[in-house]
Amino acid sequence: MSTDGPLLDVHHLVQEFEVRAQGGVRSGVVQAVSDISFALEKGETLGLVGETGSGKSTLARAILQAPRPKAGEVLFEGVDLVKLKGRDLLRARRQMQMVFQDPFGSLDPKWSVARIVEEPLIAFRTGARPERRRRVTEVLDRVGLDPERYGDRRPRSLSGGQAQRVAIARALALDPALIIYDEAVSSLDVLIRAQVLNLLERLRSELSLTYLFIAHDLALVKQVSDRVAVMYLGKLVEIGPAESLYREPLHPYTVALLASIPNPDPAAPRAPVAKTIRGEPPSPIDPPSGCRFRTRCPRAQDVCAAVEPPLRRLADRHYAACHFPVAVDAPAPEASAQEVARAQSGVVAPAAGRTPHQLGN
Amino acid sequence: MSEAVLEVENLRVDFRQPGQLVRAVDGLTYSVDRAQTVAVIGESGSGKTVSSRAIMGLLPPTARVTGSIRFDDVEMVGLPEKVMREHRGRGVAMVFQDPTRSLNPTMRIGAQIREAIQTHGEVSRAAARDRAIELLELVRLPAARERLEQYPHQLSGGMRQRVMIAIALAAEPKLLIADEATTALDVTTQAQIMELLRDLQQRLGMALIMISHDLGLAASFADEVVVMYAGRAVERAPTRKLFAHVRMPYTRALLDAIPRLENASHTRLAAVPGQPPNLALRELGCPFTPRCPNATDHCAEHEPAFEEHEPDHLWACWHPCSDEARL
Repeated sequence: MSTDGPLLDVHHLVQEFEVRAQGGVRSGVVQAVSDISFALEKGETLGLVGETGSGKSTLARAILQAPRPKAGEVLFEGVDLVKLKGRDLLRARRQMQMVFQDPFGSLDPKWSVARIVEEPLIAFRTGARPERRRRVTEVLDRVGLDPERYGDRRPRSLSGGQAQRVAIARALALDPALIIYDEAVSSLDVLIRAQVLNLLERLRSELSLTYLFIAHDLALVKQVSDRVAVMYLGKLVEIGPAESLYREPLHPYTVALLASIPNPDPAAPRAPVAKTIRGEPPSPIDPPSGCRFRTRCPRAQDVCAAVEPPLRRLADRHYAACHFPVAVDAPAPEASAQEVARAQSGVVAPAAGRTPHQLGN
Repeated sequence: MSEAVLEVENLRVDFRQPGQLVRAVDGLTYSVDRAQTVAVIGESGSGKTVSSRAIMGLLPPTARVTGSIRFDDVEMVGLPEKVMREHRGRGVAMVFQDPTRSLNPTMRIGAQIREAIQTHGEVSRAAARDRAIELLELVRLPAARERLEQYPHQLSGGMRQRVMIAIALAAEPKLLIADEATTALDVTTQAQIMELLRDLQQRLGMALIMISHDLGLAASFADEVVVMYAGRAVERAPTRKLFAHVRMPYTRALLDAIPRLENASHTRLAAVPGQPPNLALRELGCPFTPRCPNATDHCAEHEPAFEEHEPDHLWACWHPCSDEARL
């Protein structure tokens, strides 16, 4: 295994689901994740934002091979998980844990807190019972739950914040390298959310963890991320260092997302969101041709329907898939008139310049 | 008197539960004027939703409501249910968090809106249909005419919430209560719906109560903000005044716990410890005491009154924050 490459390196990942109508007739294919590539360095936090149906949770699951992606590679410490089977895959999966939005839904209500946290250790046959018990005490301590006080409690007697701490402790039990948080703090109350966010930050630095932090709230994501990726209808539309992505968003969709965040300062000037985005996302079963955001984009022109914009580098480590990016004076789209004509006549134009292999390196 | 559409005074809601009494709302007082937006902000268990249900008369029989709720100068508390419902049905409407559960999945959109229109007056079928189209256009649902024939599952979450707003508007309410109406929606959709609500409110001169956990939303859309904690109002002021001069440490804590775009990555959020109190165990003093950075022994013993300390600015605290204070 290589040790100096990125921890996680995703290449051209594709995930699709068939939709069946009545009688089991195939009626369409949901293009949940379409040709996504990115890399995650050791110790880095990548924030992944997007709205319902953008494919961000599907992407996380495809990385974990649950279910297996339709195409693409997922290199974890240099090894392609897509090609691993059985015990080898399990051993790799041990390194990657996931924490979900609803802690109560992901904790067995019949089990005690200590049993829940011990479960992955049992499943992976890690150590004898006294050793496992010691580990449970250790991780409960780490997440700020007194093992004496909480070890014997059932999930029902916990608050949302405490239950989420249990889920985090369980994720830590096997000493993973990567933790994927899927909207893990989204349903918590503001004050509890701040406590848990601070906990995640502390754990990251204490245990040198790498995070993939999925959320729909851009301000929240910025708080914890080194880099941020934005998904729209299964596509990666922008990825870059957090500071630069928020200061100079390049993709019009990112601009719309930023404009939608309610500003807790009533004196701040407010641009109406209606100017940055229209309508609601189209169906991922039959996404728009060309750029998938074009049907809602205030900057869209003919070329956007004809030619799919490739993800291209527009600033330092900062990539966007847009013919008319917002903050930079980008050169005009490369599509020729012929290409546009061909695409409009129904022949799909080859996507110009595929996604760069390793983004963010 | 004033232009107040709704005046809530010393509202108290108790729930009788086996062996205990839970005081979910404890002495809430505020009013909403015509064309005004008041945001009632609080976390889970703060009493914000229970208080709005009390206004709507939607509480279960185990709830005991005392105090005063005057709608359009008519006292609601103590009125016979039927009279109350009639009076309220004409004037107050509510939009809830989850449009999926509020709509009937087996009925076409058109029929559901028509039903709402016909409950509120003798209208012919054709006129009700025209009015339904008008309402859907008012809430800016694209292709309004075709939507009438569709079922709720054929619409997106944002569109369903627009339909719910259309149904709420069918009664031509004087007061609309939006209870976490945009919480379940995506950010861009949330912003679109909030802008829609504000437009409608200004156009129709409705009073609007926004029940929310999100101070950011209140900052952007409300004229006045009421912050609730443990069933009580703890701070209330016109929006700009409140955000510029936060006095109650709980409000300060809420505000400082919101991740801001201006923050650099990996900055620590100011987080107060602990959790909200158990409302069944009523204790002396200010309910925020165990979590409050300003608290003293006095706070644990004596409950501060919710009073006007500066013009239009009320709070309940013995040791209010200064303008410069941050947690």
